[in-house]
Amino acid sequence: MNVEFEQKVFPNKRQSAEELAEVALHIRRDIIKSLVLAQSGHSGGPLGSSDIFATMYFGGYMRYKPEDMTWEGRDRFVLSAGHMCPVLYATLANAGCFPKAELATLRKYNTRLQGHPGRDMGLPGIETSSGSLGQGISIAVGMAMSDKLLDKNDRRVFSLTGDGELQEGSVWEAAMAASHFKLDNFCWIIDNNDCQIDGRIKEVLDVYPIDEKCRSFGFDTIVVDGHNFTELMSAFDRFLENQKNNTGKPTAIIAKTYMGHGVSFMNDNYKWHGVPPSVEQAEKALAELV
Amino acid sequence: MQELTLHGSKPTRHGFGEGLVVLGERHDNVVVLGGDITGSVMTSLFKDKFPDRFFSIGIAEQNATTIAAGLALSGKIPFFASYGAFCALRNADQLRISVCYNEANVKIGGGHAGISVGPDGATHQVLEEVAFLRTLPHMTMLVPCDYNEAKKATIAMGEMVGPAYIRFGRSPVPLFTNDNTPFEIGKAQVFREGNDIALIANGALVWESMLAADELAKKGIKARVINCPSVKPFDVETVVNAARECGAIVTAEEHQVHGALGGAVAEVTAKNAPVPIEFVGVRDSFGGSGEPEELMVKFGLTWKEIYASALVAIERRDKGSSGIRRVKDVAQYAE
Repeated sequence: MNVEFEQKVFPNKRQSAEELAEVALHIRRDIIKSLVLAQSGHSGGPLGSSDIFATMYFGGYMRYKPEDMTWEGRDRFVLSAGHMCPVLYATLANAGCFPKAELATLRKYNTRLQGHPGRDMGLPGIETSSGSLGQGISIAVGMAMSDKLLDKNDRRVFSLTGDGELQEGSVWEAAMAASHFKLDNFCWIIDNNDCQIDGRIKEVLDVYPIDEKCRSFGFDTIVVDGHNFTELMSAFDRFLENQKNNTGKPTAIIAKTYMGHGVSFMNDNYKWHGVPPSVEQAEKALAELV
Repeated sequence: MQELTLHGSKPTRHGFGEGLVVLGERHDNVVVLGGDITGSVMTSLFKDKFPDRFFSIGIAEQNATTIAAGLALSGKIPFFASYGAFCALRNADQLRISVCYNEANVKIGGGHAGISVGPDGATHQVLEEVAFLRTLPHMTMLVPCDYNEAKKATIAMGEMVGPAYIRFGRSPVPLFTNDNTPFEIGKAQVFREGNDIALIANGALVWESMLAADELAKKGIKARVINCPSVKPFDVETVVNAARECGAIVTAEEHQVHGALGGAVAEVTAKNAPVPIEFVGVRDSFGGSGEPEELMVKFGLTWKEIYASALVAIERRDKGSSGIRRVKDVAQYAE
């Protein structure tokens, strides 16, 4: 399959739902392209969370400089669900952090786009290695503690976990600490697609009710349609308000999503958790993503 | 060669706690995470002096380890201390991925090492963590022999860049090094010269090796005693020289005999200078309750085992019974 990556790069600013949808479309197209070239990797979660990433990175909520992702004043994002990295790579490429052509190296020998994020490879925008579930969120809490309690600056820390990931007990250790240390500079996003590799969340091990759990752990908890940009924006707006007003409460955004969203034959199907599209499937998917 | 005399006893954990205070005074970015046993692992000294730089994480070692990684990735030098069973093994995956794979500048202090913990029993007597930690890429693994060395090692690990772990104990152990005794990460020190047998030890077993050397001297055997606090990075040169010059080795440590100091010595000598080695340590069993002194005898961690092992190693060398052939034996084969 002859794959070409468009050179288009998007700005990070307050923008309309339509504009964010355009960004999300490009992120999804790049996810499909990088996965079909890799012939390995996870399709479902990255496609399902593309709207969250488009909002978070391009809606003016994270302050960063694409040309210098080590800038000291940047806000940081930690992908706790490391296997979802194709969406993070596509997002960073669409922000202009590195050339889009590099998306073709996903999971290949010596690539900076490791199968799960590897900080040692030095890809701009990768704050930490992750892939062993339940750890990224704790790292993010440590970062938020450093910013708020030690350096006393106004930097923000975002972290995204899956919903199956909530079965890892250490996630709740991190949540407990975020609340205990009053980290209103910390935003936890839960990609609630109700799927994990073995099936539906309830069948594998029930983690519901997630919203009540988050509330009881001390989070300002917002449940949104993870494919509705207006709802996503208002949730991130509330996080910014929480930080600005020193509420002392961390924010949890539970984004209800569909695994594989945007591609009809992948939508809401847990069998797409950990597999890439074939060439035919990729062509079909790209034909839909216009 | 060092001038070493016994001046009482003191737990190595005191050296750790006091070393942290020194680091706190020298470096504003040193922070400490507590795991609810701060008095026991002596991080309470830092907490009292620098309350703004101390964070209680509760009984959650996995979280503390990963929070430490987040702090380190933000330019801090975080120390987390608990009992080794919980801050080296329960959090093994966090150490592997969030700390070592990230090359995060995280420092771990692991107390209650070995069976000299005493009455607490097997659950709290960690005997396996050195073997695990020295297999982790980027990790530095230190096992100091007494209070003074523990303090120096704590300061040194705080002032190097990269993941590091220090192992210390609960009970008082002989205090015999002094301010002038050198300590350097990656270096072993010859505490006593001799060419008949090398006794290579760390932790509390270094002093036992000194006692064993005294007894061996009574039989005219001059033992070289090597203190090896830096299990990783490892002082290959000092150990290989000992193998070549002594021709037989005893390793001694308060740990399972598999995979730790003895394993490191066996690896480097097998490659560079194969000689008979006898291993003194815990023999594939768990600890148990009792007074430290009773347990050290029960589990065979005194000078007597080191002494007896030295005689065995010397015999194996001299008789060539280990498959190691000295020059004259090889000549016999040739006929």
